[in-house]
Amino acid sequence: MNPLSAYLLLSAMLFSLGLAGALTRRNAILVLIGIELMLNSANLNFIAFWRYSPHPEALTGVMFVIFSIGIAAAEAAVGLSIIVAVYRHFRTTDLDKINYLKG
Amino acid sequence: MTISFLLLAAITITGTAAAMSLKNAVHCILALTLGMVGLAALYLQLGAEFVGLTQILVYVGAVAILAVFAIMMTRSRTSETAAGSDPSRFSGLVTALLLFTVLAVAICTGISSQTLGGTPPEATVHAVGVALMQRFILPLEIIGVLLTAALIGAGMLAIEEKGEGR
Amino acid sequence: MPEMIDQIFVRLMHWIIGYVPTSLQPLCSAILSAVAILVVFATIFAIITVLERKGLGRMQNRYGPNRAGPWGLLQPAADGIKSLTKEDIVPHSSDQLVHLMAPILIVITSFLVYAVVPVGKNMVMADLNAGVLFFFAVGSMVELSVFMAGWSSRSKYSLLGAMRAIAQMISYEIPLVLSGVVAIMAAGSLSTVTIVNMQAGYTGIWPHWYLFTPWGITGYILFMIGATAESNRCPFDMPEGESEIIAGYFIEYSGFKFALFFVAEYLGMLATSAMAITLFLGGWAAPFSFLTWIPSWFWFFAKLLLMMMVFIWIRGTLPRLRMDQLMNFGWKFMLPLSLINLFAAGLWHFLPSGPTRWSVDSLLLLLSCFLLSRGLRRNKWFQERTYRFAS
Repeated sequence: MNPLSAYLLLSAMLFSLGLAGALTRRNAILVLIGIELMLNSANLNFIAFWRYSPHPEALTGVMFVIFSIGIAAAEAAVGLSIIVAVYRHFRTTDLDKINYLKG
Repeated sequence: MTISFLLLAAITITGTAAAMSLKNAVHCILALTLGMVGLAALYLQLGAEFVGLTQILVYVGAVAILAVFAIMMTRSRTSETAAGSDPSRFSGLVTALLLFTVLAVAICTGISSQTLGGTPPEATVHAVGVALMQRFILPLEIIGVLLTAALIGAGMLAIEEKGEGR
Repeated sequence: MPEMIDQIFVRLMHWIIGYVPTSLQPLCSAILSAVAILVVFATIFAIITVLERKGLGRMQNRYGPNRAGPWGLLQPAADGIKSLTKEDIVPHSSDQLVHLMAPILIVITSFLVYAVVPVGKNMVMADLNAGVLFFFAVGSMVELSVFMAGWSSRSKYSLLGAMRAIAQMISYEIPLVLSGVVAIMAAGSLSTVTIVNMQAGYTGIWPHWYLFTPWGITGYILFMIGATAESNRCPFDMPEGESEIIAGYFIEYSGFKFALFFVAEYLGMLATSAMAITLFLGGWAAPFSFLTWIPSWFWFFAKLLLMMMVFIWIRGTLPRLRMDQLMNFGWKFMLPLSLINLFAAGLWHFLPSGPTRWSVDSLLLLLSCFLLSRGLRRNKWFQERTYRFAS
């Protein structure tokens, strides 16, 4: 197996773990963490592709990851404050119990 | 496939798998930070020094602390009731497993090793800084605006409104 | 001859490494540097504890420790033996693994940051490309271990203490990093060695330290205030306010684990001081051009001890702040001022050198400092004081 495939496999595994977490957890905070994990696996892909690309001096992969980390930080901040606001209303962070819009 | 890669991959997978499967929410966050440190070490191993250290700074220093604060503020029941026979839980796991199988097959069959660049690239902090200030100046400005908006928005959302609560 | 004494430790290390096979040399060099850091900074920690107790005693008109050894100099050894032989009590309901990991993690991270601190000419363990970033990234792990300690004890007091400590550390980390950024801007590098080298050289007898510029002195003062808050020292020691929450996040620790938290606190203080010396005080450079014959490592440690003395002096002088005062000060004074300081440093770069940029920069910083401190005190006189819990 070449080194790039190893990194891509690891990244695929992280993505699946994040997806599994986001689908099965009920705590809203942990669902958010699962989504963060999926973002991070994409970052690992970018870095691995950048490292083994024919023209790494363009730094595109690194730049992409830097901006992606920035966006992930903003997403975590807003997401967690939304969870806190929702908690104040429903008194729970269990996603199965927050069901006013279910009809 | 060096030993260091296998070790770091094992740490990362252990941390993230624990983060997604432990019952106690705080334990999940602590396991997640382990996974993130492993990921940052992988970035360092790949030669992206700046990204690796930023990863530690953002995920261990900020996101994990933020998540822990959110857990403390929401007083969510720290241990979920584990329902093994839950159908939605089962289908979620199956979906993730299927996705992994598809991705793994695609990766193992799709990449030929001829096109790979061999020499490790030089991503010095200087080069990253120059690129950020010249080619990528517009995205940098936009991310600055985005982060400011997120800061104000998060503050506005989480602030306690008058008459609410208590 | 001075060159010889200056490089004596570097040569010693090269001499030792010469005896190991070539393949093991990098590993051996790393281990030797790590051992040197562990020994030297642990010794300085011991010296500082006794210095602090003696100094505080002098300020409070009492003797301080004077029983163990001559003038109480063996006090750290006595303390060490006491904490090693004490019973290690772990609360029954605590989270055993996390409770054990917290002190270990906090000590490891406190030692790890010294890897990028240049303690003398050619004396740095790892000259990383992004040394300052490494320092702050690893330093931010301390917050997590503080939380682990407070949460795993399952005690209300320790949880409150941990939450206070983390809120304070996060609030003051931003001005701490931003005030350090001016030195990075001026040097054009994140490597600690390059930053020190950029401050080398003298005009007359005066060195080219970043301290001797308007933005440099502002940045230095902000950095030191941030460092005091970051290491939970007086006057910012609410996290362990003994009158309210007994001892903060490490109440439930005893024996050697308690001592580890104590060590980590002092090591953190030493590390941020060392970073302040690197960023603003010229690292290992001599303060006057005619003193350059004294070895570089002597100057580094002399500066470090001097800064510790200032810390002790502040602790003996100032009373503890309230939590709201602390937050107001951090977010409404330190943060805006450090942003303005960044602007002033940029202005300095583009203005022609000479008295113009001195006066423009000083005026800008003094004016904003004055206005921000007015803003802190505003509407204090007309506000009726309300007591939420005491009425």
